[in-house]
Amino acid sequence: MTQLEINGLFAEYSPSLPILEDVSLKIETGEIISIIGPSGSGKSTILRVLVGLLHPSQGHVIVNGTEVNYKSPSALKSMRDTMAMVFQQFNLFQNMSVLRNVMIAPLKIKKEPEAEVEARAKEYLEIMGLGEKFDAYPDQLSGGQQQRVALARALALRPKILLLDEVTSALDPEMVNEVLDAIRVLSTKGITLIIVSHEMAFVREVSDRVIMMDDGKVVEIGTPDEIFTAAKTQRCRDFISNIIQH
Amino acid sequence: MIQQFIDQAPIFFTLNNGLYWLRALMTTLSMALIGCVVGFIFGFVLVYFRTSPIPWLLPLRALLIAYVEIFRRIPFLVLTFLILFASRGFGFQLSLFWVACVTIVLIATAYIAEIIRAGIEAVHRNQWECADVMNFSRARTMLYVIVPQSWVFIVPPAFSYFIMFIKETSLTSQIGTMELMSAGKYFNSIGISPLMAYGTCLLLYFALSYPLTRLGRRIEVRLKNRFKGNMATLRASDQ
Repeated sequence: MTQLEINGLFAEYSPSLPILEDVSLKIETGEIISIIGPSGSGKSTILRVLVGLLHPSQGHVIVNGTEVNYKSPSALKSMRDTMAMVFQQFNLFQNMSVLRNVMIAPLKIKKEPEAEVEARAKEYLEIMGLGEKFDAYPDQLSGGQQQRVALARALALRPKILLLDEVTSALDPEMVNEVLDAIRVLSTKGITLIIVSHEMAFVREVSDRVIMMDDGKVVEIGTPDEIFTAAKTQRCRDFISNIIQH
Repeated sequence: MIQQFIDQAPIFFTLNNGLYWLRALMTTLSMALIGCVVGFIFGFVLVYFRTSPIPWLLPLRALLIAYVEIFRRIPFLVLTFLILFASRGFGFQLSLFWVACVTIVLIATAYIAEIIRAGIEAVHRNQWECADVMNFSRARTMLYVIVPQSWVFIVPPAFSYFIMFIKETSLTSQIGTMELMSAGKYFNSIGISPLMAYGTCLLLYFALSYPLTRLGRRIEVRLKNRFKGNMATLRASDQ
C-alpha cells in the first residue's frame, strides 16, 4: 500500500534559488528508502518539505491517501503526527535530561499518561544502549550518544514514517557505527524509513530502494543492486564510482 | 567639615531617623522591584506577540515595535512628569509612589523586552525546528524549550538593568516620592550637612545594589556552567 506519494514537487528558498524541481516518487508502507546524491542536490530538502519546515512552491504531497494542505496548520499537524525526523545535528533540547527529551512530546503534546510514556521512553533508550544515561544532559554525551537519544526520541512518538537526515554526518568516525547499528535495529520494526545518507555501504545493506538525486531532481530510482552495480544513468554511475573510489 | 559631622552625629544617628531611612530604602527597592517584575512579565508578553509569525497580528507587531523604540528613548524624568500630570488630568488620583511605579513599568517593559528578544533569538533555530516537527505549538515551544534555554542570555543583562533602575528611581524624588534621594534632600533641608545626608544616601544605594550585583554574578555563573556544553554544541552546529 502506498503510504507516501510526492507528485511534481518544486521547492525553493528564494525564487532565484530552486532546490527541488519536479520530484515525484511513491513510498510503500514499511519500505526503507535511501536518498543519495552530492551535497546540495536537495536530499535533505525533501525531508524538510515532508515535515513542513519548508513549504513546496508547486506539487503535491499525499500521506496515507490524503493530500497535505501546507496552508492549513491542522493538516500540517496531522501530517507531523505520522512522522518523526532525526536531524544531522541531533537537535536535542539542551535544557532537558535525556529521559525528559524522549518523554516531552508524547507527554505534553500527545497528552499520553506519564507512567506509560516514561516506561516507553526508558525502553527505547535501553534499546539504543543508553540505559545508564536517563538523567544525563545532552552536553554530557558524545555525539553518537546524542544521536541515539534523538533516535529514541523519534521512536517514542511512534511514527509511521521516520525521516533520518544525514544522521551520521556530524559524528566522529568511531561513533558512526554505533548509530548505524541503532538504525539497523529500527529497520526491523516495520516503520517506513526515509534515510538521507552518505554511508553507501550502509545504504546498500538496509535499503529496499535507493533514490539518486542531483541538482534538485531525481536522477534514478532502483534497488540497491540496480543503483550500485547497474545504474542506468551516467550521472548515477559517475557518482557511485566517485564515492567508491574514495 | 569633620567638626560639623561630629556635632551632628548625635542628632542624625537616631532610631527615628534610621526608620525614616529604612522606609525610604524600602520605597526605592519596592519601586524598582515592582517596576522590573511587572516590566519583565509585560516584556515577555510583548516579545511573544512581537515575534509572532501570524500575518493578521502585523498591525499589533508594528505597534509593539513602535512602543519599544519610543519608550527606550524617552528620558525617565520626562515620562515621570508626563504620567503624573496625565493621570491627574484624566482624574486618576494615583499616589506618587504608583506614578513612579507606572513610569518604571512603562520604561522597563521596553528595555526588558529587548533583552528578552535578544535572549530568545540567541537560542539556536534548530531548537525551534525540532519542536515544530514534534508538533509543539509556538507557546509550548517557548515555555518548554526556548525560554528555559534563553535564561542564560537574559538574566545577566536583566540584572544589570534592574540595578541600574534602582539608581534611576532617584529621579522620582523630583515629583516628591519619599525614596532614598528624597530622604537625603529632606535631611539636608533640616540642616544636616550635605556630606552626611547624601553620603548616607550613597551608602544605602551601594548597600542595596552591591549584594544584588553579587547575586546576579552568581546566577550568571551557575547558568553559564549549566549551559556551557550547550553553547559549545550550538557554536559547533553553526560551523
